[in-house]
Amino acid sequence: MAQKPEKKQPETTGHSWDGIEEYNNPLPRWWLWSFYACIIWAVAYAIAYPAIPLIKGATPGLLGWSTRGEVKADIQKFTDANAEIEAKLSETDITLVSADTELQSYAVNAGAAVFRSNCSQCHGSGAQGAKGYPNLLDNDWLWGGDIEAIAQTVRYGVRSTSDETRYSEMPAFGEFLEKEEIAQVANYALSLSNSEHDAGLASSGAAIFEDNCVSCHKEDGTGDREQGAPNLADAIWLFGGDIESVTQTITSARNAVMPNWGGRLTGAQVKAVSAFVHQLGGGE
Amino acid sequence: MWNYIKLVGLALIALLAAIAANYARDLAYMVHAIIVMLVAGGLFLWTVRQTDEPKRPTGAEYMDDVIKAGVIATCFWGVAGFLVGTWIAFELAFPGLNFEWLQGYGNFGRLRPVHTSAVVFAFGGNALIATSFYVVQRTSAVRLWGGNLGWFVFWGYQLFIVLAATGYLMGATQSKEYAEPEWYVDIWLTIVWVAYLITFLGTLFTRKEKHIYVANWFYLSFIVTIAMLHIVNNLSIPVSIFGAKSVQVFSGVQDAMTQWWYGHNAVGFFLTAGFLGMMYYFVPKQAERPVYSYKLSIVHFWALIFLYIWAGPHHLHYTALPDWATTLGMVFSIVLWMPSWGGMINGLMTLSGAWDKLRTDPVIRIMVISIGFYGMSTFEGPMMSIRAVNSLSHYTDWTIGHVHSGALGWNGMITFGALYFLVPKLWNKERLYSLSLVNWHFWLATIGIILYAASMWVTGIMEGLMWREVDANGFLVNSFADTVAAKKPMNIVRGTGGIMFLSGALIMCYNLWMTVRRAPAKADATAAAPAE
Repeated sequence: MAQKPEKKQPETTGHSWDGIEEYNNPLPRWWLWSFYACIIWAVAYAIAYPAIPLIKGATPGLLGWSTRGEVKADIQKFTDANAEIEAKLSETDITLVSADTELQSYAVNAGAAVFRSNCSQCHGSGAQGAKGYPNLLDNDWLWGGDIEAIAQTVRYGVRSTSDETRYSEMPAFGEFLEKEEIAQVANYALSLSNSEHDAGLASSGAAIFEDNCVSCHKEDGTGDREQGAPNLADAIWLFGGDIESVTQTITSARNAVMPNWGGRLTGAQVKAVSAFVHQLGGGE
Repeated sequence: MWNYIKLVGLALIALLAAIAANYARDLAYMVHAIIVMLVAGGLFLWTVRQTDEPKRPTGAEYMDDVIKAGVIATCFWGVAGFLVGTWIAFELAFPGLNFEWLQGYGNFGRLRPVHTSAVVFAFGGNALIATSFYVVQRTSAVRLWGGNLGWFVFWGYQLFIVLAATGYLMGATQSKEYAEPEWYVDIWLTIVWVAYLITFLGTLFTRKEKHIYVANWFYLSFIVTIAMLHIVNNLSIPVSIFGAKSVQVFSGVQDAMTQWWYGHNAVGFFLTAGFLGMMYYFVPKQAERPVYSYKLSIVHFWALIFLYIWAGPHHLHYTALPDWATTLGMVFSIVLWMPSWGGMINGLMTLSGAWDKLRTDPVIRIMVISIGFYGMSTFEGPMMSIRAVNSLSHYTDWTIGHVHSGALGWNGMITFGALYFLVPKLWNKERLYSLSLVNWHFWLATIGIILYAASMWVTGIMEGLMWREVDANGFLVNSFADTVAAKKPMNIVRGTGGIMFLSGALIMCYNLWMTVRRAPAKADATAAAPAE
């Protein structure tokens, strides 16, 4: 075995534990100096930044730096830069925003950011929605798809805690109708959009629909935006368009909730996110 | 006589546990009470059978049976922990694996603490207890103190693991990372831990060597500090004596600070100091070389112990914790860099004059790579504690990668090295069954860790940059879901690394099993007697 002879055999401490000995080598120089350098740096850093707790608060540090100050300065930078156009957005009537190209572009950009932080959790990062959360890209709107209606929905929510909330409540028909009747009316509802259904059951469901559903969903099933009653004739289903899902919707009702974002977003942010949603493709 | 007292005590425990199970206010508590009842009942029967039987003489030889049990438990919990980890890693890549039928018991949120606790406390903890019992006996040249207390520590600790893990699955959690078990499990662990401390100290006090070997300083600091951390961070008041839920004594930012004082020092004293104890015995033994520097060991030990305890606030940069506290946490972390590296230097330099063994001995290779990962992650840690770096790295996968290069690379590898050393010794075999299997384990584990750490660096830095990306007007560019989607390929790489690491561990288990079964017995199978 080719083993290099050591330059000099250091002393051991003279103890042996289960055959283990220890050399009495000195601390490696580079290690010691690096250790000292770290300590010096630490002291310098503690002088420059808030560090030592005293009776009435901590030392602020020579640089006067703080995490809150840093974040504030960051936010202030953009607030200042956007101040002018932000003020314009606040003042401009929401229906007139799109007429001003620069304002519209700013609003859509800002709205997209609001959407990513607040709306994408339910409506999807592409606004494509999910089961129970409406798709915002299509032209099917529960409560109206013009910019004012969208802003109203965003600001006050749907079945939210706000006094101004959009509100309607579909009854749970499981309490009034027999299972057989629900099966019939469910198939009838599906037949309105030519979705897959049982024609026999559907024909007996027409009368039940007439008695129970038309006041909100209308004769032809096209719904009523005044009360957020979905259009049943367009083959777009918020909670699923198969017979099981529709049966469950009729039996238990869904009555989904959207929070009132007016309590959380500024007026300009509500306008911005409405402008963003409006221009996604389905805006009216 | 002692047996009769034990019998009364066990009967009482079984009875109380039965009552507790009857009044239980939640599922976890009931199941746990039943487990305790069964354990106490089983022990009762076992004690009855032992009573008035002639005692087997316990000689002066080392108490190695409990260490054998510890080696088996380490292997078992290691594989279990790696398996759960690999599974949930793939859940992150393919969320569909978070099956509907698992919801409420085996969903990601329930399995994640099972993984972390299984690896850190079950695998790491058993490795530490077993090796500390081995090392303290050898380096003190005396039998483990306290008779069967060592066995109480071993089985008591296994009971703690079972209660903790089953509790997580049934939703009993304090929601404190790495300190999830609820109040009664915490109390049980405290009892076991005090018994552990007494066993260890008793052995040290009765030692026949004049000086205490450096490995034992590290083990002792680990045992003492973990006791302190565990008690303070788990101060809580049970909502009911018959229920699992408890309420923390600290609240708000005080609770956060206590939690990360605990969390960081669990890393510092459990995963660093304890495992350095392991390193200080098994590396010089396997290399058959003296430790590089006694001076360095004493200086870096005290520096490490003194500095680590202050570093916790770096987990809370840019939170409600005041700036001064995070500054101190950060500067202590930076100063900690060299003391941490002291252990690396002492480990690596111990091999000077024996570097050729890297070619011939894969066990040494495993130990060297573990020390390498130790050095890497103890550099990465202080770096990530710097505010500017942390503002990017915090909450990202970078942290996960950092933890795993430490846990898989350092803790895992040094434990594997120790197990390869221990099994032939404990079962009196001449050698391991197969060195080429050790080699396979080495490469699988090493490449697995590299895939894991590298993929987490990539996703960590990527998502950190994506989160902070703003456009010219200061508006966020990406939604959270965008970053999740962007991580998918790297999540697959991470899971693949996990599979490799797990396969390596399975190969090790097979190799160790075959060593016990097939490897030739040592020629001079003398009962080990303490050396004077």
